[in-house]
Amino acid sequence: MRVGFVLGEMFAGLRRNITMTLSVVLVTMVSLFFFGAGLLVQQQVSILKGDWYDRVQVSIFLCGEDSPAEACPEGAITASQRDALRAQLQADPLVDEVFYESQADAFRNFQQMYDTSITANVTTEQLPESFRVRLTDPSRYQEVTAEFVDAAGVEDVPDQRAILEPLFTVLGTATQIALGLAALMLLCSVMLVSTTIRLTAFSRRRETTIMRLVGASRALIQLPFVLEGVIASLLGGLLASAALWAMVHFGVARLRARPGFTTRLIDTHDVLWQTAPLILAVGLVFAIGASLFSLRRWLKV
Amino acid sequence: MITFEQVSKVYGEGHRPALAEVTLQIDRGDFVFLVGPSGSGKSTFLRLVLKEERASRGTVQVAGRDVGRLRSWKVPGLRRQIGVVFQDFRLLADKSVYENVAFALQVLGKPRHVIAQTVPETLGLVGLSGKERRRPHELSGGEQQRVAIARAFVNRPAILLADEPTGNLDPETSVGIMKLLDRINRTGTTIVMATHDDDIVDQMRKRVVELRDGRVVRDEDRGVYGSGR
Ligand SMILES: Nc1ncnc2c1ncn2[C@@H]1O[C@H](COP(=O)(O)OP(=O)(O)O)[C@@H](O)[C@H]1O
Ligand SMILES: [Mg+2]
Repeated sequence: MRVGFVLGEMFAGLRRNITMTLSVVLVTMVSLFFFGAGLLVQQQVSILKGDWYDRVQVSIFLCGEDSPAEACPEGAITASQRDALRAQLQADPLVDEVFYESQADAFRNFQQMYDTSITANVTTEQLPESFRVRLTDPSRYQEVTAEFVDAAGVEDVPDQRAILEPLFTVLGTATQIALGLAALMLLCSVMLVSTTIRLTAFSRRRETTIMRLVGASRALIQLPFVLEGVIASLLGGLLASAALWAMVHFGVARLRARPGFTTRLIDTHDVLWQTAPLILAVGLVFAIGASLFSLRRWLKV
Repeated sequence: MITFEQVSKVYGEGHRPALAEVTLQIDRGDFVFLVGPSGSGKSTFLRLVLKEERASRGTVQVAGRDVGRLRSWKVPGLRRQIGVVFQDFRLLADKSVYENVAFALQVLGKPRHVIAQTVPETLGLVGLSGKERRRPHELSGGEQQRVAIARAFVNRPAILLADEPTGNLDPETSVGIMKLLDRINRTGTTIVMATHDDDIVDQMRKRVVELRDGRVVRDEDRGVYGSGR
């Protein structure tokens, strides 16, 4: 009986304030969308970082016949220089494993990575031989780089961070912007919820007065109001989840379809099982909090 | 049933007290008129009984409970023992007569079959049988007040408070309402009625408590409205 009563009051309230309800739904949707997007970008960044650190190898390119003179004043590396380098690497506590990649290996890898339109113009001699070094602690790669960049017979030790750091910076900024917008919009939705409740409380003051006077419990008087907020924000959260799902489903699918794109990406599974439940929960907590807060203010019980 | 002991109520800093050191006892089954000019504190008295307001000083006891010390979650329990009617009826315009009365039971979670039995019974008692499906605006003022009384009484409260229930009604209709309240009083319900309708008070010959500027200036069994007139 009372369940039916509460639900009836709730739907009546939602219908009566249909424009307010819709605004709450939409604003909640936008805020939770930005929140979810921020979370997803952050998740992508940590996947990238993890993958990158897993893969970090310091490549020590050795001097060859074609190397520029300023990097290799003594010309191509000698066998004894190569042995000395290998010994120095193996003795280094930061070094986990050392692989040697000859010019022939390099050419084979190069052929595997790119298609024939590019590889046809490249010869074995143009690709340098190198040591590929795996580190015990990948985050300290710069120390290894510094140690070997000026060693005899070394042409170059490229700084890998220069390739990925700008990407991380961009993604980090994107995350901050998304979360900032999310916070702003959440604030809007909280204010909207409390305005809605204030209006509803005013338009229903006769009912609530009577309920109070005949001895209805505080919970029963407040429940329809709280549920209105909860339903509206759940709807907003579901719409936001759907939008995020679509964004990941179509956007990421397009990226992945590009040839040569091998980076691991977030997928719709992440949206469904991590982002969506989280933003729904956040939406719920904010809706309940805002409702209870403004009920204290606007509804006498 | 209702005991006020040295009760004062001040609404805000600097206001004069709406009630001042009121000491009063109302027994079970009493019918009491609370009379006095507008602003003398009648409504405040009723609000204190309901715990709509808190007394500034003194103790208010209702049905054996110290209202001032009642925990907020127990206030609904207190109000279930009290029915209230007002001058302006306070009916829900979009509900029928039946629904208005049933509303009071629904929000208390009464089972459907209890509602289906009690509501027609109570509507019969107040003389509204056959008008169950009307909306409030399709009724006369007297009939609307009967609906309000039915809603206040449907849960069979021990106490019925009435704040100028005849204030909006013509004298003949008022007499009908008073007969109804008298009938309810005979079932053992304690009735406290605030009014400044002297004809009614004089006709009924019930206990009269007169307030003036928040103080009790007269308390008479079988009294009339104005002693000094
Ligand atoms: N909510 C309130 N806030 C401030 N003053 C009030 C309030 N209600 C009543 N009063 C004041 O208290 C006094 C008694 O009012 P009330 O109890 O309504 O008298 P009555 O019902 O006899 O006309 C009046 O002076 C009135 O102005
Ligand atoms: Mg009054």
